[in-house]
Amino acid sequence: MSFLTLDRVSHHYFSKDSYTKALNSISLSLREGEFVALLGPSGCGKSTLLSIIAGIIQQTEGKVLLQGHAIGESEMDIGYMLQQDYLFPWKTIIDNVLLGPKINNKKTEELKNQATQLLDEVGLKAVSGKYPNELSGGMRQRVALVRTLINDPKILLLDEPFSALDYQTKLNLEDLVADLLKSYHKTAILVTHDIGEAIAMSDRIFMMNANPGSIAKVYEVPIELRNEVPFMVRRRPKYQILFDKIWDELEAKESVKKAVEIPDE
Amino acid sequence: MNDRQLFERYQQGLKREKKIVLSWQLSILIAFIAIWEIASRLYWIDPLLFSSPSKVVSLIVTRFANGSIFSHLQITLFETIIGFIIGTIGGILIATMLWSSGRFAKIMDPYLVVFNAMPKVALGPILIVALGPGYLSIIAMGFIISVIVTTLVVFSAFNEVDPNYEKVLQSFGATRWQCFKEAIFPAAMPAMISTLKVNVGLSWVGVIVGEYLVSKQGLGYLIIYGFQVFDFTLVMSSLVIIAILAGIMYKLVEKLERWLIRNRNI
Repeated sequence: MSFLTLDRVSHHYFSKDSYTKALNSISLSLREGEFVALLGPSGCGKSTLLSIIAGIIQQTEGKVLLQGHAIGESEMDIGYMLQQDYLFPWKTIIDNVLLGPKINNKKTEELKNQATQLLDEVGLKAVSGKYPNELSGGMRQRVALVRTLINDPKILLLDEPFSALDYQTKLNLEDLVADLLKSYHKTAILVTHDIGEAIAMSDRIFMMNANPGSIAKVYEVPIELRNEVPFMVRRRPKYQILFDKIWDELEAKESVKKAVEIPDE
Repeated sequence: MNDRQLFERYQQGLKREKKIVLSWQLSILIAFIAIWEIASRLYWIDPLLFSSPSKVVSLIVTRFANGSIFSHLQITLFETIIGFIIGTIGGILIATMLWSSGRFAKIMDPYLVVFNAMPKVALGPILIVALGPGYLSIIAMGFIISVIVTTLVVFSAFNEVDPNYEKVLQSFGATRWQCFKEAIFPAAMPAMISTLKVNVGLSWVGVIVGEYLVSKQGLGYLIIYGFQVFDFTLVMSSLVIIAILAGIMYKLVEKLERWLIRNRNI
């Protein structure tokens, strides 16, 4: 049985004078513990799709089912990590981490211990009493990850969480996230525009079209790449083969777009 | 020169700058008082109208010595502080209501615009008729003059909070009220605190004008009374006292501001 199912999900944005179709009939399904990447140009509705799965916005058409139930029926199913960390600057690190439990009135001693333990796991135990502005970008994003994991979500949505970081931090964090998610056996969806990141981290890659957002193609990441940490994946020959394949596909899309655009000029 | 000496030189530079600024500030004050005194003594200005620093000081001293100033001081301070507090809190509450319902905000919009543009002092006579010629209408004056500005500033601060903070909370299943409590309100704290400073000045305006209109007591009353009996020394003395009190109140609010910023997660 599939874990998460999207059935012909469409979404429109309305304004006073016009509307835009952000997503067009998206159908996909995820197995439990699977890590998939959504790859596509900006404006292809990736973030809209995540917001719908997170239950923050309601799709205009179609169904989203998590283990056979509509999203939002039980809270805390979804963990959402954004491009920036959005740690609350007036809360200490530990209070930031315990925000989810606080919202749901589940802030117990046990969870506090668990929070400290998780912070320890990502190497941030020492800073739990500090404020976010005292931490570097990579540290803050790790705190944001812990803040998501503490709620024990069934599925994690990662909206370009590494894009604001410098390259070295990004690579380290990719390994950490992949490792943590694997050890907790979490299902995750990663939105990115970085082909390498998509291949390195995920099991399947959904390539998206823009205007309106739809799924263009699905790539299976070879099984021997899936079990490696992201950093090592990048060194495998099969990584390069898949990279080139996706690259060519994206280039072809670009040239089609240009060819269509030229007669207009 | 070693590092330590360089640092000391930098520190000395800071100290010198501070001294220069302070000595200029004092010079201006002393020059102003001296010129005023001399001009009054030599009849460059009419001493009957503009009084003189020595007369003002001696009046303040005797008024404090015989205690006749305290009842005026008390009532004006009381009215100002109450007007300031309920104006600020009222403004924040109204802004909260506007934020909690987008429709309510849309409905209220034209009324807020008109009320904001209107010179609130013009409502004085209506307040006096409604609340009686006492301290109630004066407090009400201090209140209405600050409440609308507070409402508008705080409401726009609520709306400018990065929506992604709400998104984070919503992903945890937070209600709208929880979003307000955890994100919107603390994030808008600096804006609210800056309205505190503005409101100190505004509530003084409201209270003094209110006292012009009705009261039998207070510093505003002393000013208008001094004006009517042509005792400008009294007018000037009251102004000096108001300047000092308003300055102290502003400094206290500044202290409060620092404390609130440090402890905004309570």
